Parts: sequence; C-alpha cells; structure tokens
Amino acid sequence: MADRLRILRMARRTLWQAVPTVFGILLLNFLLLRLIPGDAVDVLASESGGATEATLAQWRSHFGLDLNLWQQLLAYLNHLAHLDLGLSPRFNVPVIQLVLERLPNTLVLMVSALALALVVGIAAGAVMASKAGRWPDRVLSLAVLLLYSTPGFWIGLMAVVLFSVTLGWLPSDGSETLGMDLHGVDWLLDRVRHAVLPVLTLATFYVALYARLTRASMLEVQRQDFVRTARAKGLSPARVAIRHVLRNALLPVTTLAGLHFAALLGGAAVTETLFGWPGLGRLTLDAVLSRDYNLLLGILLLSSMLVVVINVSMDLLQAWLDPRIQAD
Amino acid sequence: MSTTAIESIRSGHSEGLWAALRRSPAALTGSAILVLTLAMAASAGYFFPGDPSEMVAEPMLWPGSDPAYPLGTDSLGRNVAAGIAYGARASLLIALYGTLISVVIGVLVGALAGYHGARLGDVLMRITEVFQTVPSFLLVIVIVAIGNPTVHVIALAIGVSSWPTIARLIRAEFRTLREADFVTAARSQGFSHRAIIVHEILPNALAPLVVTASILVASAILIEAGLAFLGMSDPNTPSWGGMIGSGREQIASAWFLTALPGLAIISVVLAFNMLGDGLNDALNPRLRRYIP
Repeated sequence: MADRLRILRMARRTLWQAVPTVFGILLLNFLLLRLIPGDAVDVLASESGGATEATLAQWRSHFGLDLNLWQQLLAYLNHLAHLDLGLSPRFNVPVIQLVLERLPNTLVLMVSALALALVVGIAAGAVMASKAGRWPDRVLSLAVLLLYSTPGFWIGLMAVVLFSVTLGWLPSDGSETLGMDLHGVDWLLDRVRHAVLPVLTLATFYVALYARLTRASMLEVQRQDFVRTARAKGLSPARVAIRHVLRNALLPVTTLAGLHFAALLGGAAVTETLFGWPGLGRLTLDAVLSRDYNLLLGILLLSSMLVVVINVSMDLLQAWLDPRIQAD
Repeated sequence: MSTTAIESIRSGHSEGLWAALRRSPAALTGSAILVLTLAMAASAGYFFPGDPSEMVAEPMLWPGSDPAYPLGTDSLGRNVAAGIAYGARASLLIALYGTLISVVIGVLVGALAGYHGARLGDVLMRITEVFQTVPSFLLVIVIVAIGNPTVHVIALAIGVSSWPTIARLIRAEFRTLREADFVTAARSQGFSHRAIIVHEILPNALAPLVVTASILVASAILIEAGLAFLGMSDPNTPSWGGMIGSGREQIASAWFLTALPGLAIISVVLAFNMLGDGLNDALNPRLRRYIP
C-alpha cells in the first residue's frame, strides 16, 4: 500500500516535471516554423507552375499563414490541442496521419535494435569486466572502440556488399517482398529477412556503447564490500560476476537505455534511407527533399513527444524496480 | 589564501592535462593520428593541385590499377585520393567549428546555472532538458533543411543540438567548485562574479571540459558524415560522408568507393575517442563522464 502510494507520488512528480519540457518543445518547434524562408504556398505555387495572387492569398489563409506572430502561436497551440498538426502540402494528407502510419515500422526497427544492442553489449561488457586487463578484455576493448568510432551506415553498406551483393543471402531494400501475397510463417520470415540488415546497422553503435557502459559499471561495483564478502563466502567467480556484480551494475545501463531512445530516432533516419525502410526516417528525408516543412516539423514535434513519454515511463519503471527512489 | 596560491592551483591543472597526455599511450596514439590528418588536410592543395571535383582520369579505376591514382577514381573520373585529402578539411572544419559552438553555449549556460543556482539555474536546466529531449539528429536535419547546407549552418546545427552535454558537465563542476576554499577566498577579496567564474572556477573545470569536447568532436564528425550521406552537405565541397553517399550507387561493382572514405572517417573518429578516453583515464580513473 505504502509502495503504491510512493509510485503514485512519483508519477505525479514526474508528470509535473514533464510539463515545462513539453512547453519548451512546442515553443522550439514554433520558432523553427517561423524561421522557414518563404512558405509552403510558394513551393506549391512553383510546383503547380504558377498561381494568381488571389489563389496564393486563399492558400495562405487556408494554411493560416496570414496572421501575426502571437496569433500564429495561439493558433498553433490551439491546433495542437486538437491534435491537429496541419496538412502536409506535399502529400495533401494530415501530418499526424502520415506520422502515425509510419511510426510502427520505425518502432519495430528501434525496439529490435535496442534489444539486440542491450543483449550483445551487456554480454560483451560482462566478459570484458570479468577479464579486465587480460587479453580477452584487451581484444574486445579494441573491437568495441572500433565499433564505437564507425558510422553505422558504413557498416550497413559493407554488410550489403557482403550479404546482399556477394552472398545473396539477405535483401537490402524495403521491409517486405513486393508483389508477393504471403501469409503466416512465410510472411513473418520475409519480414524478418528484410529487417536483419537495418536492425544490425542501427544497433552497432549501441552495442559498443552498452559494452563500454557495462564494463565501466561492473568495474565500479566489483570494488564494493559486498562483492568481497560474496567472494569470501567461497562463491564461484562466475556466480559472483553474474548474480552480485552484473545485477547491480545494470541499473545505470538501463537508465541510459531510455535516454538513448531519442538518439535512436535520429539514427533511424539514416538507416531507413539506406535500406528503403518505410518508416519515420524515410518520411523525414522525403519531407526535406520536397521542402515540406509542415511535415518535417510535425515529425520533430511528435518524435520529441514520444521521447518525453518514454522518459516518463522509464522513470516510473525505475521507481517500481528500485524502492530506494523517493519522490521528495 | 593569497593570489599566488590561487595561481599555483590554476597552473597545476593545465600542467595536469599535458602530463596526462604524455602518460597515456592511447591519447598519444590518438594525437599522432590527428596530427597526420591535419597535415593531410593542410597539404591537400600541394599534393593534389586543381579542383578535386574535376574529372581527371577514366572513371571507375580500381585502386592500384594506375600508379597515378593509387586509390582509384569514382564514377565521374574524380581522383579518390584527392577527395579523401580535401574531405579531411570539410570533416575537421565542421566538427571543430560545431564543437566550438556547443562548448561556448554549454559553458555559458552551465556556468550560469551552476554558479547562481536557484531560479536562474532552474530555468536554464529546463531549457537544457528541452534540447536533450528533442532527437538531436532530427533537429540537425531540420535546421540544415531550413537554412542551407553551408559550413556555417551545419556547424551551427551541430552546436545547437549537442551543447547540453557540456552544459550539464560544467554545471556539475561549478556546483562543486563554488564552495571550494579558493573561491571563498576570491569572494572575500571582493572579486566580481564574472572574475570568479572566468578566472577562478573555469580554469579548474578545464580538464573534464577538454575530455568531453574531444568526445564531442568525434560524434560531430559522425553527424556530419551522416548528413553528407543523406545529401545534406555543401555540394561544392568534397566530404567523406558525401563520397560514401555517391559511391553507394556503384556499391555492387565498385565497393571501394564507399569503403575508403569510411576508413578515413573511422580513423579520425577513433583518434578523437582515444584522445578523450586516454586523457579521461590518465586524469582521473573515476571521473564520471556523461556519455550522450
């Protein structure tokens, strides 16, 4: 009961703290919107091969571009309050609909990459920490540092050369085979085969990151008294490493995994463009190429809000897992 | 504490940075690679006179097939070796410039937030949190798309999206140091807030700042490469990421066009990471570093 009260109090505090961040994000987006040279109507006009002044003015009032700064901010906030991010002039579809259509594909990519990175990274970090200073640690540390310094998209391209071009094992474009009517297991296998390279590409940097974090965190925990006690009790080194050191070392690692969500959203832009994966990242680049700023800022805004939601839920998860965290 | 005592603390710290550099093989190796890369960037015009984006030979020469073009030529007959040498200029310039902008913003915000605390500090940390929440690579893309893909805009975009790391670090340092004896001494001597911030506290926060900045340069190079790969770089300046992006079209027939500029990126990013890691370990093995 007391515990549930504690978590409720945490929830109230975390949500309350998120309010200024959300407002700041809205303000930042509005400012960026104001910085755009020309406007979407100019682009529309040039694409449709010219339009009369009257049509331009009509379009401007349709998109709300003829108001002053404060009116525009208020109109902007008012629209957002109704979950209205405006139309994408390029696709002539509401921005929020475009984003929501693409979001699941990106989430699949990100969650798989994050899971892979956590599993492989923590395993590598645990091996490194338990062999600290000896050759397995040195070899792995070097490999991890190399991976940490390599652009993910370059590894992706090299993987395409090896697995798609030379060996012909995996597809390098899209999220499913087009023109085939697949069902059940075949459909799933097809999706998985398409996802392998993009997920690997997105995960590489984070594998290295979690390996480094886990190693550092475990070395920190290894110095503590309860580990010496566990060893003195005569427990096997493997048992001490896994049950005593690793478990305690994981808390800071998982805290950071929530923060990396934002970075992964950015990384998805490059990965999706590289592999023709129909997600938010590809949509971002389409928006850039067609100068569809309304869509571009809509993506930035909704991605930022997604990060806020993830951060709040990670905080609550931490509070639930670790009773020492108090809402003071 | 007298002014001379304060002086000795200050000089002690800057010596520490050099001593740390000499002590750490990793930091030394990283610096050596960086010196070589800088030499390559500086001498590009001497070894490869003429415009690196001009066609000089038959297209798609493989590396080693013509001694005049040791790294081959791309689909437009441009010299790959020249592109890599000139590309070093673009990568280093944008990364260092962008990092400088983020250090300036970060130090300013972090110092004010850490020194003054309370109200102003809270507001500044809220702003920092906003910039930490917004996915930084998306923010970079938006800023570059709104402006133009010039060196200034790209550097500004990188700076604007990566300063929170510096601000948090500097704030933490300032919060610890503002209670230190030598700061109390300076305050009792009637030094102004600005003098205390600039001359007393900041020099003592220099070591962690240098470590974090070198890691930031590494990530700035990766950001620049990603942008150029997406085609968002100055089309008239050769850059490593741009070379990978255009080489991608020929990936099935000439994979060296993507592989070589990638190796250049890796070696420079690795060098900055080794420098940062090496200094970090040598200065203080238990220093908490914020990893973005």
